[in-house]
This record gives sequence, C-alpha cells and structure tokens, in this order.
Amino acid sequence: MAENSIYGLMAEYDNPDDLLHAAQGAYAAGYRNMDAFSPLPIHDLSESLGYEKHRVPFWVLFGGMVGACTGFGLQYWVSVIDYPLNIAGRPFLSWPMFIPVTFEMGILFAAFGAFLSMLILNGLPQPYHPVFNVDAFESASSDGFFLCIEAEDPKFELSETRNFLEGLHATKVVEVES
Amino acid sequence: MATESFDHPFLNKIRTLGLLFGALFLVLTVIGAISNPQQFYQSYIIGYVYWLCISLGCLSLLMLHHLISGRWGFVIRRLLESGARTLPLMVILFIPIIFGMHNLYEWTHADVVANDPILKFKSPYLNETGFISRAVFYFVLWIGMTWLLTKWSRTQDETGEPGLKSKMINLSGPGIPVLILSVTFASTDWVMSLEPHWFSTIFGFIFVVGQALAAMAMCIIWVVNLSDADAFSEIEASKYLSDLGTLMFAFTVLWSYVSFSQFLIIWSANLAEEAPWYIKRGQGGWDIMAVALILFHFALPFFLLLQRAIKRRAALLLAIAVLMLVMRYVDLYWYIAPSFSHGGPVGFHPHFLDLTIPLSIGGFWLAYFAMQLKGAALVPLHDPRMAETFAGEGH
Repeated sequence: MAENSIYGLMAEYDNPDDLLHAAQGAYAAGYRNMDAFSPLPIHDLSESLGYEKHRVPFWVLFGGMVGACTGFGLQYWVSVIDYPLNIAGRPFLSWPMFIPVTFEMGILFAAFGAFLSMLILNGLPQPYHPVFNVDAFESASSDGFFLCIEAEDPKFELSETRNFLEGLHATKVVEVES
Repeated sequence: MATESFDHPFLNKIRTLGLLFGALFLVLTVIGAISNPQQFYQSYIIGYVYWLCISLGCLSLLMLHHLISGRWGFVIRRLLESGARTLPLMVILFIPIIFGMHNLYEWTHADVVANDPILKFKSPYLNETGFISRAVFYFVLWIGMTWLLTKWSRTQDETGEPGLKSKMINLSGPGIPVLILSVTFASTDWVMSLEPHWFSTIFGFIFVVGQALAAMAMCIIWVVNLSDADAFSEIEASKYLSDLGTLMFAFTVLWSYVSFSQFLIIWSANLAEEAPWYIKRGQGGWDIMAVALILFHFALPFFLLLQRAIKRRAALLLAIAVLMLVMRYVDLYWYIAPSFSHGGPVGFHPHFLDLTIPLSIGGFWLAYFAMQLKGAALVPLHDPRMAETFAGEGH
C-alpha cells in the first residue's frame, strides 16, 4: 500500500491515563497533526495535543452581546419609537422592565453562538472521516481510547511512527485507510 | 482532640495581626461609642451582620460541599469548617445588639407602636421577647449543625470510619433548607425590621446568596495564601483555584439576579409602602453607591471572572476576591445605613465607626478563625469520597 493512500496510524489504549501519556509523548517527540478519541472527557488531553486557543468562548460572548443588544433594541423600538404607550405614567424608556428580555435574549444568542461555532469550528457536519475505516474504532464511543497520528504530519514515517506508538504502551496499532 | 494539627506562618501572622488590629480598632470604637452611642449601634449592626454573613456563608457552603462533594470542596472544607466555628464568637458579639434594640428598632418603642396600626398589627411577631428568643433559637440551630458537622469531620480524620460520610450527607440535605429558612427569618428580624413598614419576600434569599459569595471570596484568599502549605501542595490545591473562581462568579451573578429581582418587582408595582425603600437609596449620595454596586459588585467581577486565564492567575483572583469582600460591605452599608433616617432627609453621612467596627470585629474574627484552622489537618485525611474524586477524572 502506498503511503499516500494512508490517512494515518491509529493506536489503541486501554485507559485514559495511557492515552494521555501517549499524547504527551507524541507531542514531545514533535508530532503535531494528530488527534485523540475518547468516550469521556479527559482532563489536560486537549492541552497535551497542543490545542491552546479556545475559539468558542469568543463566539459565545459575541452571541451574548448581539442577543442583549437585539433584546434591548427590540423593546426600545417598540416602546419608545413605534408604539409608545403611557403605562401608569412611567417613562417610555422603562429600562428596568427591559432587563429580563435583554438578559434572556443574551442567553439565547450566547447558546446559539456556542452551538454554531462549535459545529463550524469543528468542521461539522462531516459525512466522511477516515478514522471510521478502522473496525475497532466503534469502541471509541464505549470503552476504547485512540490516538491517531496523521500521514500529513511532516515527521510521519510509517514504520518509525508505528514503532514509536507501540513503544507508548499501545495495545494495538493499525493503519487507517484514507 | 484531633490527632493532627496544622501550622503555617501566614496563620500565625493573621492571628497576631488580627488580635492587634482588633484591639486597636476596639479602642477607637470604644471612644466613638462613648461620644455617640446612637451612631455606635447603627454602625455596629452593619459590621456585625457583615461578619456573621461570612460565618453563615461558610456553614452553607460546607453543607453544599457534603452534598455534591466536588474536588474544590475538599480543598476548602477545613476553611469552611473553621469559618462556621466562629459562630460562638458571633453569639458574644450579638450582645451589643440586644442592648441597642431601642436605638435601632422603632418597633421596640411602645408609644410608637400604640399609634401605628401597621406596627400594632405586626407586634405579635415584632416584639422584644420574640426577637431575643428567636435569636437564641437561630444560634442554637446554626451552632448545633456546625458542631455536629465539624465533630464528625474531625473524628473521620482520626478513625476513618466510613459511616461518618453518610452522617454528614444526611445532615446537610435537610440542613440547607433549614439554614435558608432560618437566615430568612434572621435577616427579617435583624435587618428588614430596621424599617418595619417595609417588606420584601426575596430579602432573606439575597442574604443567603451574599453570604455564600462572601464566604467563597474569603476561602479564595486563604487558599492563595496557604498554597505553599504541604497539605495543599500534595493535592495541588492551586489547580482548583479556577473552580473556586467559577463558583465565586456564579454567586456574583446570582446576587445580581436576586438583587435586581427585588428591585424590578418593587419598581414595577410602584406601591407606596414598598417604593420608598429604593427612593431613599437612590438620592443624596446613596445613588452613587448604588451605581458603584452595579459596576463593582456585578459588572467588573462578571467580565473579569468570565475569563479562564484570569481565574488561573492566583494574584488576580486574590485581588477580585478582596474586591468582592469590600463590595459585600458596601452592599450591606447601602442596605442598612439609610434605614436610620426615621422619616427625615437621608443624607450620606459616613462615620469613622463605620470603619473601625467592621475592622475590629474582623480582626477578632480572623484571629479566632486562624485558631480554629490550627485545630485540624488542612485537608481531610480519611474521607472515603476523597479517594474517589481525586482518582477519577471528572470534577
């Protein structure tokens, strides 16, 4: 099999700690194009793979701000500009009354920001991904822990990377077809 | 007696400085009290309620910890226990309030009540016997729960008996509603009845939340300063600072939520018996304080604590925790001090007693706290849940 038809090498691990150590080891050895798969969140795992920038929080804040401004603006436009009503002699711009809607709209749009930016930044929805070509990968959603080093990585060399992964307590290392 | 104890230079420093400053400000307070007894009682209730809130906040967070047993809770459990164990000190410090009842509470004057149908109507609850006997009841309840929880926790250190865990959980479950109800009644008695015509049903819960916030800020200050203690290095306590910061954030937001709810309800109803409370606090210098509360008790900590990078830097988190403790005092000051206008114009007249009293009580409180903290290991030794939580990966 030619090397360019390979997506990468996938190593399987028994437990989260082995996966975390393998990820740290691979990063220390200079591998960058890799990803880890686990059925449960593992503390420090994404950091050990070199993900330092979290871009979702910005979009959550952005969404929240847009939502809050929309909520306030909507009420302002209705109550002050388009259809001012005198309610018990209160000013048209009764800002305390506007806060609950402003707050709820902020929350709603922040949630939109979180959900959409998570999908888009992750490149989802993605109908095809090579890792699913590995049969054992199904257990990634139950009890399997995987580390996949991609062939694109400049340091990737089939036999050498295989040896390297096996040296990091992998229970099995398989090639992933692209 | 617990077999383990804890010692740290910071603890000794706080104890010495606490006693020193407590005594120093006590002298100033006594001078102020002799020259102006009325002002003394007015300032005393604010300073007293401020520190009592921190003690009670520690008790409520302690119960919360037993119920949810996150890792952050094991880091601060001993701090919370020591904070709750300051309650006997607060009983002694309650005595001046009993002496000052006539200076503080309008409803203690028989002639005023006789000419006021509303106060007459409320007199079956708002009377001196009821006030004192309820206070005794609250303290028995709070100290009783604290005594049991801390006794079990220390016995667990010695014997490691696994059954103690369930005892603490079983007390904390019903303990939280009991605490919330008793704090609601206590805040009604001691603070809300300063203006006996006014009422707000969310008032007690604002105190419950403010207490938890103050206690969490206090814990953060201690965790940062004790982070080089052996017991804290072992469990990498500073790793949990960002969790503590997140909880402080949550309580800050909750405080804003309940405080604003009270304002919104009263503002939208605009009733003659409710609205004056806010009108008083929205003029003559109090309005500036209200804006300061919005900016520094909500907006600034909100945007700072949103950022993980800030919560992970001990020095910054420490500064925010100090800010929160200061703002808790500003909040209580804004709640309580304008009550003493008795119909006249409400000016903003700060008095030096408003500073010396909380600082004096605070000095003694911190010294007492430090002594309590010395009595046991800094981190629980044999809680079976600890092994589970620190071995697993979740929070």
